[in-house]
Amino acid sequence: MASSTLTSVPDRATRLELFRRMLRIRRIEEEIARRYADQRMRCPVHLSVGQEAAAVGACAVLRPTDPIVSTHRCHGHYLAKGGDLPAMIAELHGKATGCCGGRGGSMHLFDPAVGVLASVPIVGSNVPLGVGAALAAKQRKRPDVAVAFFGDGAFEEGVVHEAANFAGCHRLPVVFVLENNLYSVYTPIDARQPARPLVAFAETHALAAEHVDGNDVLAVRDAMARAVVRARRGDGPSLLIVDTYRFLEHCGATDDDHLGYRPKGELAAWRDRCPIARMRAELRAQGELDDATEQDFEAAIAREIDDAFVAADNAPFPAAETAMESVHA
Amino acid sequence: MPDAARVLAPRIIDAASAIREATVAAMEHDDRVFVMGEGATDPKGIFGTTSGLVERFGPDRVMEMPVAENGWTGIAIGAALCGQRPILVHQRVEFSLLAMEQLVNNAAKIHYVSGGRHRAPLVVRLVVGRGWGQGPAHSQSLEAMFAHVPGLKVVMPASAADAKGLLLGAIADDGPVIVIEHRWVHYASGHVDPEPVAMALDGPRRLRAGDDCTVVSTSYMTLETLQAADALADAGCGVDLFDLRVLRPLRLEAIIASVRRTGRLVTVDTGHATYGIGAEIVARVAAEAFDRMKAAPCRIGLPEHPTPSARTLAEAYYPRSPGIAATIGRIVGVPRSKIAAIAERLGDARDSVPLDIPHPSFKGPF
Repeated sequence: MASSTLTSVPDRATRLELFRRMLRIRRIEEEIARRYADQRMRCPVHLSVGQEAAAVGACAVLRPTDPIVSTHRCHGHYLAKGGDLPAMIAELHGKATGCCGGRGGSMHLFDPAVGVLASVPIVGSNVPLGVGAALAAKQRKRPDVAVAFFGDGAFEEGVVHEAANFAGCHRLPVVFVLENNLYSVYTPIDARQPARPLVAFAETHALAAEHVDGNDVLAVRDAMARAVVRARRGDGPSLLIVDTYRFLEHCGATDDDHLGYRPKGELAAWRDRCPIARMRAELRAQGELDDATEQDFEAAIAREIDDAFVAADNAPFPAAETAMESVHA
Repeated sequence: MPDAARVLAPRIIDAASAIREATVAAMEHDDRVFVMGEGATDPKGIFGTTSGLVERFGPDRVMEMPVAENGWTGIAIGAALCGQRPILVHQRVEFSLLAMEQLVNNAAKIHYVSGGRHRAPLVVRLVVGRGWGQGPAHSQSLEAMFAHVPGLKVVMPASAADAKGLLLGAIADDGPVIVIEHRWVHYASGHVDPEPVAMALDGPRRLRAGDDCTVVSTSYMTLETLQAADALADAGCGVDLFDLRVLRPLRLEAIIASVRRTGRLVTVDTGHATYGIGAEIVARVAAEAFDRMKAAPCRIGLPEHPTPSARTLAEAYYPRSPGIAATIGRIVGVPRSKIAAIAERLGDARDSVPLDIPHPSFKGPF
């Protein structure tokens, strides 16, 4: 993304691009949601609608060679890092052209060409993989920075602390991006964790830390830029606590406010803080985004999405007799 | 060294030394190979198997790990995905239970789910404890749990030569390989090729030829079974003995062919009999050779309770050569008096040494 140095103020082109990337992820996931009831995508989907700024802001300052690891809610990270859209949509359809050839489904997206190393659907399980990628970078003397995305639920997993402890001990080039969306499935964070700042995690494991508004893509990007610069110059790991919110149900494609697990008005309040609407308003206020530009974005995104779904529909399923292939390397 | 010269000049070392030798050779050959373990650099060096490595290769390649097994197993997998070739070592099998999540969900799956685009070349060395009152959580032989999972390979050496060759084969493999080392096999000694020759992870090896009963053993139980087989041979009972070596992928062609000839099958493995390696072998062999079987197959394994610490309880817990010989003899129809004499002879040979330490005769070579 165009920007003279990572830590300088992003120029207009960069800001527009951040907006476009968030808009693109939103439209892709909205289309998945719209079509999910057709039951042609026959795998669980965990949509990140509402959380786009975290993925886009964090990935904006990464190189294609920087490995990231994601979770069950991986669409946004995969797309923000440059993952191939048709391969993702095909994977959701269980097609042979999917990024996993139909073997993984929505929760295993990866694209090694752009550094989406792995997505893993066991909470916290991806985090040591990211630290391992950072260890390999250090061992091979590659300038890569690894990024592990995880949520507030993963913060409760021992393996995350084990991985962070190791990263802190060996000063590895890794950034831990904790997206706090306040819920693990239907259970709020205050029922699962004591009242204490999540950022305390950083001191425990000797990580540099920043706590940012996760619905402010520029804030996420800037904090991430500082973390990446630190990691790349050998100053060790960082933690970003990114406050955000999931608009749709945990697993599936619909609004779930009727279930009553969210306090009344909470969803509406967070929808008012939509990261895309917020960026749009900022760009409009500064005269950096006009109707024509936004319409161009929307039209191009719509074409790309339509093409991806058509391609997925037309693609073959993996042949049953291939199921035994690649069990062993 | 030419092959003939190697045979003429056997070099006898024990399995622990053979493991260290394999590790050194692999690390010298390929700088992507590195060791991770709790105690890998400490004065005891994982029963001597990693002794001297950190002095030779430095702390970046022989990494002392925090007490965080699942975490560093995941870290190893991540590094392997990025081209490194880690060797993980746990002083007890039980420590790796904390890492089952990473091994089962990530290491075993990632090649498959990526359609072969991802590789996770890692070796996980696990040590089965035995003796000196190790007790219920320091002596389990849980290979069946690992061997249950498609995507993992599982090997169990029973000799010094296999300890080196199978470890080199595991390191050369592009996927995750679990190497389960019985603590008492560390003492087994024999001729070991000084050269680093990786063995193919391709299945069992026949150790004794016989026509009366096919016996399949694993790991340390191979050493007990060899004694039983030799004693039975003296009494005219021929045991066709296979050391299984590679539990997954399971290659049973030679064993099935043997059972079709002998008509009898006994398995002797280091784990619990129920749901164990023997159960799998019996099921598969019966399915392939049922029409040729003259007797019901028999599994010898650990009983249905955890390993007790007190030696009075542990003595009855582990199958030993006298009981193994008696079981094989009974199935073959060796006269009871002969069986009793064989069992007594094997028992007498053992009586000079406490049962909770390895017998000196297990040094091999064989």
